[in-house]
Amino acid sequence: MPKLKLPIPPGLKPPPKRPSENGHGEERGRLKEAGVSAVDWIDERTALSGGARWMMFRKIPRGTNWFYTLGSATLFAFLSQTVTGVFLAMYYDPNATRAYESIRYLTNEVFLGELVRGMHKWGSTVMVVLIFLHMGRTFFFGAYKYPREMNWVIGVALLILTLFMSFTGYLLPFDQRSFWATIVGVAINGTGPLVGPYLSDFMRAGPEFGATTLARFYAIHMLLLPGIIAALIGAHLYLVARQGTTAPPWMKADNDPKLRRDEA
Amino acid sequence: MPDDSKKNKPKTTSEAGIPGAFEGETVSRRRFMTGTAHGAGAIAATAFTLPALAIGLAPVFEKHEQPWQAVGPPEDFDDKSYIPKTITTTAGVGEVGKSTVYVRKRNAQIDTEKRDEYNAYIAISSRCMHLGCPVRYVAASEMFICPCHGGAYDKEGKVTAGPPPRPLDRFYTRVKDGLVEIGPRFSVNSEMRRFSPRDPGQPIDGIGQYIYPARPTVRKLPGT
Repeated sequence: MPKLKLPIPPGLKPPPKRPSENGHGEERGRLKEAGVSAVDWIDERTALSGGARWMMFRKIPRGTNWFYTLGSATLFAFLSQTVTGVFLAMYYDPNATRAYESIRYLTNEVFLGELVRGMHKWGSTVMVVLIFLHMGRTFFFGAYKYPREMNWVIGVALLILTLFMSFTGYLLPFDQRSFWATIVGVAINGTGPLVGPYLSDFMRAGPEFGATTLARFYAIHMLLLPGIIAALIGAHLYLVARQGTTAPPWMKADNDPKLRRDEA
Repeated sequence: MPDDSKKNKPKTTSEAGIPGAFEGETVSRRRFMTGTAHGAGAIAATAFTLPALAIGLAPVFEKHEQPWQAVGPPEDFDDKSYIPKTITTTAGVGEVGKSTVYVRKRNAQIDTEKRDEYNAYIAISSRCMHLGCPVRYVAASEMFICPCHGGAYDKEGKVTAGPPPRPLDRFYTRVKDGLVEIGPRFSVNSEMRRFSPRDPGQPIDGIGQYIYPARPTVRKLPGT
C-alpha cells in the first residue's frame, strides 16, 4: 500500500507508541490487554463500571477537609470488626461452661490470637468513638438538613445498633466483668415500665441467666446485628452518593457576577 | 373530588376498556396474577419468619420450676447471724447457674412479718436489688453491702442506703427430712409483703407492682 498522507483530523490519529511498546514491552502490553478484556467481559455483562464510577468519582464541594473522612473511618472500623470477628468465631465456643476457656485458648495459644482479639476488642471502642465524631461533624456542619434528614435517621439507627453490638459483644469473653456487666445491663433494661421485664426475659431466654443466654447474645452479636448494620450502611452510602456532601458552613456561596450566566 | 371519581370508576374491566377483557370481569388478569404472586410471597415469608421468631420468644412464656434444695441440717443455723449457702438456680451451666443465699433462723425480735410454714428460716438472696450485683453480708456492721453502687441493707434486708428500690429478695424455706430446704424466690416490698419475683431495679411499692409485672410463668407460692 502506498503511503498516502490522508488529512486525518488529529482526534482520529492513532496515538504515538509508548516507549514500553517498542519491542521488549510487548509482553506487558499483552498482559494489560488480558486484564482489560477480563474486566470488559464482566462489565459488559453487569454494567458495574457505571455504578462504580457514580459511587467513586463524585464532585465534592470546595472546602472539603479531613473531617469529611470520619464516615469512611467508621466504615473501615466496621470492616475491621467484621473481618476479625469472622475469624474469632472460628475459635469461640458460646457455651456457659466452655466460653471462657475458648477465649483463654484463643488469647494464649493461638498464633496471633491475642493480636486479632485485641483488634476486635479495642476496635469496638474505636468504632463507637468514630461514630460520635462523625455524628458531631454532621451536626456542626449542618449536614443533616434538607434533603439529608433520612440519612441522619439511618445514621442514628446505625449508632444504636452499634451500641447493641457493644452490649452483646461485652458478654462474650465471659469473665467476671463481662458476666456481671451483663447482669447489670439486663437489669437496667428491666427498669423500663411494662415491657422492660418481658424484654429482659427475651434477652436472657428465661427468668435467670441460663444455658442459652450466651448463645442468644452470640447469635445476635454476630448474625442479626451485623446483617442489619451492613444493610443500613449500604443505604447510608447510597444516599451520600446520591445527595452529595455539603460544603462546610464557613464557605460562602460564589457571588462573582461573571459566573452567573443568566444574570449577566 | 373523591365522590365523583368513585362514581365514575369503571366496575368491570370491559367498562375500563382494557384489551381482552372478559364480560363481567372486575379485576384484570394481570392485576390478579400480580396480587397472587405478591400474596404467595408474603405467605411464604411469614411461614418461615413466624416460627423462627417464636423459638426466640418462647423462653419468655416457658414455665420454670425452682426445685427445693437442701442446704444443711437445722443445727447449722442460728438466729443471730447469716450463714452463706450456695444453691443452683439454673442447672447444667456450671458456676453461672449458682447463687449465694444467706440463711438464718427466724428471730421474732427482728422478723416482724407473720409466721407461716415457709419462714421458720430466713433465706435472703445475695442479688442486689439495685441492678443485680452480688451483695455480701458484713457481720461486723450487720449489713448487706453491694460493691457496685453502694447499696446497703440492714439485717432484715431492708434498704438503709444507696439506690436499691426495694428490700433484698427472699426464698421460701422449709424443713424436710431433717434438712433445711430452700425453695422458689419471691420479692418483698418495703412492708415485707410477699410478691411474685421481680428483677432487680424494679420497685414494687405502690404503682410499681403494676408497671413491673411479674412474668406469668414464675409466681410466688399460692396463698402466701
